[in-house]
Amino acid sequence: MAVAASSRAPLTWAVHIAALLLVALWVFPTFGLFVSSVRDKDQIAVSGWWTALTSSTQNQVTRAPGADGQIERDGVFVIAGNVLEGGSGSVSHFGFSSRAPTDFEAGEVATLRDGSELTVQEDGSFEITANEAFTKSRGQRIFYTATAPPRFTLDNYATVIGAENLGQSFINSMTVTIPATVIPILIAAFAAYALAWMRFPGRALLIAGVVGLLVVPLQMSLIPLLSAYNTIGAFFGVPAKTYLGIWLAHTGFGLPLAIYLLRNYIAGLPSEIMESARVDGANDFLIFVKIVLPLSFPALASFAIFQFLWVWNDLLVAMVFLGAQDDELVLTGRLVNLLGSRGGDWEILTASAFITIIVPLLVFFSLQRYLVRGLLAGSVKGG
Amino acid sequence: MSGLLLTDVRKAYGPTEVIHGVDLEIDQGEFVVFVGPSGCGKSTLLRMIAGLETITDGDLQIDGTRVNDIPPSLRGIAMVFQSYALYPHMTVFDNMAFSMRIAKASKAEIQKRVTEAAEILQLTPYLNRLPKAMSGGQRQRVAIGRAIVRDPKVFLFDEPLSNLDAALRVATRIEIAKLKESLPNSTMIYVTHDQVEAMTLADRIVVLSAGYIEQVGAPIDLYEKPANLFVAKFIGSPAMNIVPATATETGTATGVTLSGGNGVTVPIASPATLSGHAVHLGFRPEDLSLSTNGSALVSGEITLVESLGEVTNLYVDVAGCEEPVVAKIAGIHLFRRGESVSLTADPGKMHLFNEEGRSLLYL
Amino acid sequence: MGQLLSALVIMILGVGGCALYFLGSNVLLDKLYPAKGQDTEVASRNINRVNSIRPWLFLGPAVLFLTAYLIYPVFDSLRLSFHDRSGDTFVGLGNYIWMVNDPLFRESMFNNMLWLIVVPTAATFFGLVIAAVTDRIWWGNIAKSLIFMPMAISFVGASVIWKFVYDYRGEGSEQIGILNAVVTAFGGAPQAWITLPFWNNFFLMVILIWIQTGFAMVILSAALRGISEETIEAAVIDGANPVQIFFKIMIPQIWGTIAVVWTTITILVLKVFDIVLAMTNGQWNSQVLANLMFDWMFRGGGDFGRGAAIAIVIMVLVIPIMVWNIRRANAEMEGR
Repeated sequence: MAVAASSRAPLTWAVHIAALLLVALWVFPTFGLFVSSVRDKDQIAVSGWWTALTSSTQNQVTRAPGADGQIERDGVFVIAGNVLEGGSGSVSHFGFSSRAPTDFEAGEVATLRDGSELTVQEDGSFEITANEAFTKSRGQRIFYTATAPPRFTLDNYATVIGAENLGQSFINSMTVTIPATVIPILIAAFAAYALAWMRFPGRALLIAGVVGLLVVPLQMSLIPLLSAYNTIGAFFGVPAKTYLGIWLAHTGFGLPLAIYLLRNYIAGLPSEIMESARVDGANDFLIFVKIVLPLSFPALASFAIFQFLWVWNDLLVAMVFLGAQDDELVLTGRLVNLLGSRGGDWEILTASAFITIIVPLLVFFSLQRYLVRGLLAGSVKGG
Repeated sequence: MSGLLLTDVRKAYGPTEVIHGVDLEIDQGEFVVFVGPSGCGKSTLLRMIAGLETITDGDLQIDGTRVNDIPPSLRGIAMVFQSYALYPHMTVFDNMAFSMRIAKASKAEIQKRVTEAAEILQLTPYLNRLPKAMSGGQRQRVAIGRAIVRDPKVFLFDEPLSNLDAALRVATRIEIAKLKESLPNSTMIYVTHDQVEAMTLADRIVVLSAGYIEQVGAPIDLYEKPANLFVAKFIGSPAMNIVPATATETGTATGVTLSGGNGVTVPIASPATLSGHAVHLGFRPEDLSLSTNGSALVSGEITLVESLGEVTNLYVDVAGCEEPVVAKIAGIHLFRRGESVSLTADPGKMHLFNEEGRSLLYL
Repeated sequence: MGQLLSALVIMILGVGGCALYFLGSNVLLDKLYPAKGQDTEVASRNINRVNSIRPWLFLGPAVLFLTAYLIYPVFDSLRLSFHDRSGDTFVGLGNYIWMVNDPLFRESMFNNMLWLIVVPTAATFFGLVIAAVTDRIWWGNIAKSLIFMPMAISFVGASVIWKFVYDYRGEGSEQIGILNAVVTAFGGAPQAWITLPFWNNFFLMVILIWIQTGFAMVILSAALRGISEETIEAAVIDGANPVQIFFKIMIPQIWGTIAVVWTTITILVLKVFDIVLAMTNGQWNSQVLANLMFDWMFRGGGDFGRGAAIAIVIMVLVIPIMVWNIRRANAEMEGR
């Protein structure tokens, strides 16, 4: 391939540009989510995330203090304050009615309906002055157009972890994922060894069975298992939806891939090593424990990553086999609920989504090597 | 009663039989080499002796005990594999100690035996290394060491040198020969497709072809008195020339006429019934010499000259022969293609085979 | 946190239990039929007997799990699909008859077929193009890693990401969804993309394509690299241009792999549920089978009969690929 590419410079450029475009297309959506999750929530709502580094213009409203906030200065009554409340940014326009919120430029003097005068400076400080004392306890509303500099904050994360209970869901997800990842490994490894190296009647049939089960849709299992769980739960007087139930379910659903992947790998180990161990007096159990298991580490790691990602990212099994209350709702389920209840609150959704995907992403980037190897072993013979 | 005894041993995969009834007796302390072209069943036979392949039919006895149904570890054998089959995650020491640990030998015993074996093979400095940190030759020595530690009655070698480069192969071959000398009571069975290995190492060679034993004998016997055409062509390089001929004279010596018309009398006895029948006359390339006095066994045009320095190989087209006759003549000779040449040979070094390809010596 | 701790304890108990089972049963087996301290005859008979029992000790737990969680449910689903909502009364083909007459089911079938045609094709195509492109550049591995990344993201997470891309604000106000921002920047009118019947299917498919392209790319890239350099060099010497080399020399050599990728994604598409649930929940004519089935499982207390019937339909659609896979695996094993 190198031969074909290197000879023509323009083609090489086209390839680079095409690759860059494709990468951008694939990364942009996630990147946008991440940028948005650390933006100020008011800014998210009014400007695209791609403008996050530029100042944004917002139309805002605030209310000045009421009559009890007035002071008398040189015989004039004054109510003063700052519309930006100490925040950075600058005010370009202001107004006092919702119909004309931008009538006046910063620094101009507006005469209010009761005759008092309002000035808002560029820095946000305002003064309402009148010759007579203010009497209304409700303060005057001030509309202003502020240009705010970019503001980045972790507030969104604090909000979702605390108030939206994402912290609890994170723990729930961990609770589901860790045992459901680890338990199937040993069961699958023993079965894989038997299918790869032991001779017994029905072996070919069992292998074909595992390959077949690899593609059986999960949907087939849901209803029968749910009713079985209900029956068992009722019989023992325990809830049908428990962590134990989902661990076992994930173990069962993960096994075909686990066995298939590990069998492919273990069958690829050199037969002479097994034979040598057999001549040395090892039985199958010892061969498995002392030779095969240590040598299969890469395949075990591949499967563990698959299973971890699959269980962590799973929504369907969790929705069917776990309850919807706080101490059982996993991250994916929580995120779906938020999509329903907080559909437009992007500061909540983006931060929540990022919390849901951060663990798999970390796993992905640190262990990608094993993931790729596993994919190849699972799909193409020999990898 | 010691050593190995194979009686009508057969192996079949489903309906296809690959070993067709092998009878063989191997004495204790003998070094026997199984040799043959690839696919001849030599490895299968070795693996049946090891217990890694089941025996479909017939008996296998080791030390007087029938071991057909006894698992490998209880047969008193050790095997050295082509790919060494070292356990990659264990150090050299652990590799060599593995079988003893499984047999639950004492620590002191393991230490002693492994150290001894390492000593013999000069592996002592490497005992704590992993196999991947060692060269091919060293790995092969570890594999042999692993076998020595088991102190087996029978050592089995499955093409142990074929993964080594040429120079190392010679060195390791010499080491195996030395090992055999230091273990005079151990029986060794060695599989190879390389006739040089077979000739140099073996006390006796077993030539196999397509699941049959063609001949069993000492290396020089096979060279001097091949039992049939297969062995005649398999042992020796370049292979023996075989030319068609007709028996004209029988008795204590046999007179034959080549299809080209030349006749020769070979000092090999033959039955009277052979008279007038077609035979195969065999003579080795190295036994041919250039004819100087006009009397020739064969003559023809040279089609190819291979000058190797120490010898010159001439390929000569001879009338009546399908394949060119090869002559291996010592020294450098400046022949050209198309030149005519006459070749002669000592009748005492010739071989005669009947129509079925069997040597007249063994009829 | 206490919950996490108990999960860890369960994990250790589970793994420990498995280990104990395997160790215990094997030790017991060796005790029952000892190989040592017997005469050779008995020992060898024992070893052979052990060798015929041991595979089943190894396979036991796996077979148990597979039977309970995958094989039994297939048959039970089949049974339930001929029963009413509670699973007690036999209704014959009632659920299937209902199904073919149900407009929502037909809509789901139609949409599923669209998904089946578009997603595997697009993901495989993009995967192939990206694999071919990134194999030629020095930063190809970084590019691959980034394009592969969505594989790690859950369907729900991806749905949020893309819902944000598709976000719609009324005409005149500033668009914060990048798609509408681009459309308005070119002078178009913003759209609520996921509510446009028919077309919204494609906007949902984009999400799955986005996720699966990385998978296709990884596999196809490995296949492309597996092609012998020499065949390509031979083609160069024969005067083929890069495009001809790609289509006439490389593609034919990786057909098998392309088929594997295509079928793997097809299976996934048939099961797709999370994306539709999260994006539209089947509204605006975007229903698919898996989501419809989920609906029937829980709607109004759940109709297990209809749910199971829909599951069977999904299963039937999968069977051809299953047969093909088994054949392929068998052929491979014979080749070993």
